[in-house]
This record gives sequence, structure tokens and C-alpha cells, in this order.
Amino acid sequence: MSGQILFYVSGSIALIASLFVVTNKNAVHALLYLVVSLLALAMCFYLLGAPFAAALQIIVYAGAIMVLFVFAVMIFNINQTDIDREKHWLTWQSWVGPTLLVLVLLGEIIFVILSHNNWSTNSLSATQIELVDARAVGTLLFGPYLLAVEIASFLLLAGLVGGYHLAKELPKKTTEQEGSQ
Amino acid sequence: MMTIPIEHGFVLVALLWVIGLVGLLSRKNTLFMLMSMEIMLNAGALAFILAGSLWQQADGQVIYILILSIAAAEVGLGLALLIRLRQHIGDLDIDQLDNMKG
Repeated sequence: MSGQILFYVSGSIALIASLFVVTNKNAVHALLYLVVSLLALAMCFYLLGAPFAAALQIIVYAGAIMVLFVFAVMIFNINQTDIDREKHWLTWQSWVGPTLLVLVLLGEIIFVILSHNNWSTNSLSATQIELVDARAVGTLLFGPYLLAVEIASFLLLAGLVGGYHLAKELPKKTTEQEGSQ
Repeated sequence: MMTIPIEHGFVLVALLWVIGLVGLLSRKNTLFMLMSMEIMLNAGALAFILAGSLWQQADGQVIYILILSIAAAEVGLGLALLIRLRQHIGDLDIDQLDNMKG
């Protein structure tokens, strides 16, 4: 029972923090709220019986990816003029259209989820949370999903090479010949 | 052990995804659009974890790890593009990108 309350509390924290991320004007504050949202989701993962995923969420997502964001924001050198321009951009008119359309979509999704009666027919209407540990995940990863792991490694390599190529400094006033060498 | 109605979990997924989508549609700053996409990816990951714990299988967590690597690659490339954009234009306005010539 207490786990149920914990799940709802951490879910609400994730929702509220995500709302703050989306509506914030300062990029650094939005990033910190995003970290809070990711940590709350890690709590949800743990309560759903996936402690390995929760650990990965904290280490990789809240640790590595968010640090990447923070370094990028440091390179961007966000100053007060950026925040003022953000205030200028974020008028209520820019929110009305997307919010209305997406609220209709949300209503449809929730209607579909709640009107789906098959949850109870396969006798799993309420999840009896059981632990799925890292051993089972590892066995699957290096068994049937081996090809997917290889493809993911290719993807990460492509991200590495692309990130290096795109973010390196522009050559200053070099001719075409020098640039190609 | 405790029980959580699986519908509530999926409603949480839908709400998170929708928040991310609203952010993606209504922000003009590309950095915030990237953050909104992170929120949407996280909602998808939560859906897979939920399904994995619904059927007591580890497949959900395997797909979660794949989503994690996709998010890492996307953030790396996206932030590199944004750094280049900031160097070129001097701000992160997405509307500046439509007069990019080649």
C-alpha cells in the first residue's frame, strides 16, 4: 500500500517537474527540473520492479546525458538577453493552439486506455509487482537481442563521430584546398 | 507486494508524453525542444517498463536500454548541431533555420 502511494507521489513529481521544464524561461532552471523529472521516473521504475532500469536511469540519463546538456548550455553562454527574448517569445498565444489540439489527443488516449477492458481478462488487471533483476535483462540482451545490441553500438558510434564532426571549431578563413586537406 | 492498476501507469505515460508534445510544438528555442523530446522519450521508456512489469518479462527493460542508447545518440548529435547553430546565427531560434541556404 505504501508503495502505491510512493508511485503516485513520484509520478506527480515527474509530471509537475516536466511542466516546469516546458514552461520555464531559463534554460539552466529547466535543465534542473528535467533532472528532477528523470529522478522521479527512476523512482517509478524501481517501484515497478525494475531496479536495474532505475539505476541506469540515474547513472546514464540523470548523470551522463544531463551533464552533456549542462556542458552544452555552458558553451551556449546563456545570458540575460536570451532569457528576456525567451519571455518575449513565450506569449500565451503561442500556447493556445498546440495545447488545445494536444488536449484533444490526450482525451482520446485516456479514453482508449480506460475503456480497454482486456486488462482484466488476462488476469493482470493490477500488476503484482515482482522483481525483474539485471541477470534476466543481461541474459536477454546477450541472447535473443544480440543483434539489437550491435545495432545500438553502431548507433552510438555514429553519434560519437557525428558529434565530433559537427561540434568541432570551424576552420577560420581557410580556402577550399586547405579545408579539404 | 503492492499493486498498481496498470491503467494509471499508462495514463501517467500519456500525460508525460502530452506535456513533452506541447513543449515541442509551442517553444521556439531549439534547446527547449530537445528537452521536450527527452520528456517524450522518457514517457515511451516508462511505457515499456510498465509493460515489462505487467507480463513479468525482462524484454521491457531490454527495450528501455535501447531507448537509452537512442536518447544518448540523439542528444549528442542534437547538441552538436545546436552548438554549430549558435556559432552561426548567435541564437537558438528554430525560425532562423528556414532561410538556411544549403
